[in-house]
Amino acid sequence: MDSETTIRIFISVVLVAGFVFANATVMGYLERKLAGHFQRRLGPMEVGWHGILQMPIDGIKLLGKRMLIPKQAEGLIFRLAPVISLSPVLLPLMVIPFSPALQVVDMKVGLIFVLAIEAFGTIAVFLAGWSSNNKYAMMGALRSVAQNIAYEIPILMVALSVALLARSFSLREIVMSQAALWFIVLQPLGFLIYMVAGLSECNRAPFDLPEAESELTAGYLTEYSGIAFSLFMIAEYTHMFIICCLATVLFLGGWQGPELPWAEYSSAIWFLIKAYGLMFCMVWVRWTFPRVRYDQLMNFAWKYLIPFALVNLFVTALGVYIYEKLFS
Amino acid sequence: MTNSETEARTFRMHVNLGPQHPSTHGVLHLELEMYGEYVLGIDPVLGYGHRMHEKMAETRPWQSFFANTPRIDYACSLPHSHCYASLLEQALDIEVPARARSLRIITSELNRITSHLLWVGAFLLDLGAFTPILYCFDDREQAVDILEHITGNRLTHAYMCAGGVMADADDAILRKTRKFIQRMRGRFQIYDRLITNNIIFVTRTRDIGIITPDLARAYGATGPVLRGSGVPCDIRKIAPYGGYDDFEFDVPLGSNGDCLDRYSVRLQEMRQSLNIIEQALDQLPGGPVRAKVPRKFKPAPGHYSFSVEGARGDVTYWAVSDGSEIPYRLKIRSACMANLSLFPELCQGMLLADLISTLGSLDLVIPEIDR
Repeated sequence: MDSETTIRIFISVVLVAGFVFANATVMGYLERKLAGHFQRRLGPMEVGWHGILQMPIDGIKLLGKRMLIPKQAEGLIFRLAPVISLSPVLLPLMVIPFSPALQVVDMKVGLIFVLAIEAFGTIAVFLAGWSSNNKYAMMGALRSVAQNIAYEIPILMVALSVALLARSFSLREIVMSQAALWFIVLQPLGFLIYMVAGLSECNRAPFDLPEAESELTAGYLTEYSGIAFSLFMIAEYTHMFIICCLATVLFLGGWQGPELPWAEYSSAIWFLIKAYGLMFCMVWVRWTFPRVRYDQLMNFAWKYLIPFALVNLFVTALGVYIYEKLFS
Repeated sequence: MTNSETEARTFRMHVNLGPQHPSTHGVLHLELEMYGEYVLGIDPVLGYGHRMHEKMAETRPWQSFFANTPRIDYACSLPHSHCYASLLEQALDIEVPARARSLRIITSELNRITSHLLWVGAFLLDLGAFTPILYCFDDREQAVDILEHITGNRLTHAYMCAGGVMADADDAILRKTRKFIQRMRGRFQIYDRLITNNIIFVTRTRDIGIITPDLARAYGATGPVLRGSGVPCDIRKIAPYGGYDDFEFDVPLGSNGDCLDRYSVRLQEMRQSLNIIEQALDQLPGGPVRAKVPRKFKPAPGHYSFSVEGARGDVTYWAVSDGSEIPYRLKIRSACMANLSLFPELCQGMLLADLISTLGSLDLVIPEIDR
């Protein structure tokens, strides 16, 4: 590895870490503002113009709060879990191509890498729930593990279908191959399955069972306070962002859009518009629907999403095979 | 072997749900015996909000208990006052003026609407939807404003008194009430779109917590809990009081007895309440709102009882007089106690999430149980 690459990676890591916090701030504000407007109220209005400084202020408040650790908790793991939850969400951002030039590394197996790293989040949730020594937290943790195992499979299968179409696992090449036609046209069912499973992956309502506040008080978050709590929240928002980024890459043509000057960099605007559009939908869903029940959630994955994802994969494979026979 | 070791071996957990839990609506404490997500046994623990209302009644003159009646069931306070006022009128043989009777019905029905709106929001909160409660509060706010104007209070309405009501309602507020009726009728479409037709809501509530008519009768359940099971029991119909027989309204019934039925019964009851208010406004008589009553209440020795239909069911007051200024005994029968008592039998073997939605569907006000 030459020194230029090293410097490049170092700068990128700093930028990505900064972006993670910026994203959490923006999303936290947007979520509260949007929730306010969905509910016929104004949302944060007090700090700054239309409450725009609310999230930094809340962040400072959480930093200043003491992190309480229950006496009977597993102290080390309890402290470690928030860090474990945050660190893996940084890594996928390294391989996501925001624009032709804005990508830290283009891995040949970028897609697999993102999905693999994402699954780490569950381990953090499980450790948090288990080490809290709280029955509600434990139940939340168990729910989270079962849920993520179930919903990882449809995501993988849909991702595989897209990889078949693009003939590559590299995220950059997947975007390139959508120059003519976005894959959402070829994979409408795949897109739906991905978004539903994605909601579940990042524990968002209506699939927020690990932290279902009306049943489990706050699930695995019950015992967390202060900065540890905010680390979990930052991880959740970043997780959401990654899910939406991946959806943009896989189905919505990544950075593709009307030509802009300095397209090498500026086409990231199209990427971000698409990703944040999907995030908006996620917020919308969250503030509209009640929570599903735990067994309904599992049934939905195993009885509907996985069979449909399998069919989708099969049809895609067949289609690609026939296409190649006919045109090559 | 310690308790936690037993739990680890049998996978059974003893969980305290409440008294500080987001979905026990106050200070209900449920001791749950759980096997994973399933609830094997439930033991409700009551008494966190006990305020000795019945004992207080035995130490003060008859009229003084009007300060307590709204505080028994704060979410739907007027029927309690209505019941106690009617009991005193029955005991002292006081004739209530026609206008006061209509105003009592108007305010009671408005109170029923505010209570049911609060319930719809809180029930959806139990199911994990945060938005409906703010829509409900938006509407509830309008009704509460009207009630505030008429009764002087926003929550614990001290409005009814023996012989009538405390204050007359002016024309402006009656016009505002008509506007509210119009507005509310349109709002039901929003509720249908947001809640009733929501697929997740329906799958979460249909066939959940089925109360058979026999179970409901065995535990003495009343109100929407009983009517959700299809039993046509509404005190306003079977033993009309305070002029309810002058108005036309239906008693909405469920068929299945599940949470969805209890939800739709309450939603339809709000429409019926609007009808009653509209009729009462149309034929609102003039005249005084308060009859002449004796300075000191000294009912003849004996016992008296009166029942009205509250938002949660049958509200019955039973009083014993020894001929003095102070009640010898006042017993209050509130609906929530009976509705909660069927809960442990109903919820055995349920999932925790279903337990929460069933608990929500009973519409419990815990201080009403404790009193």
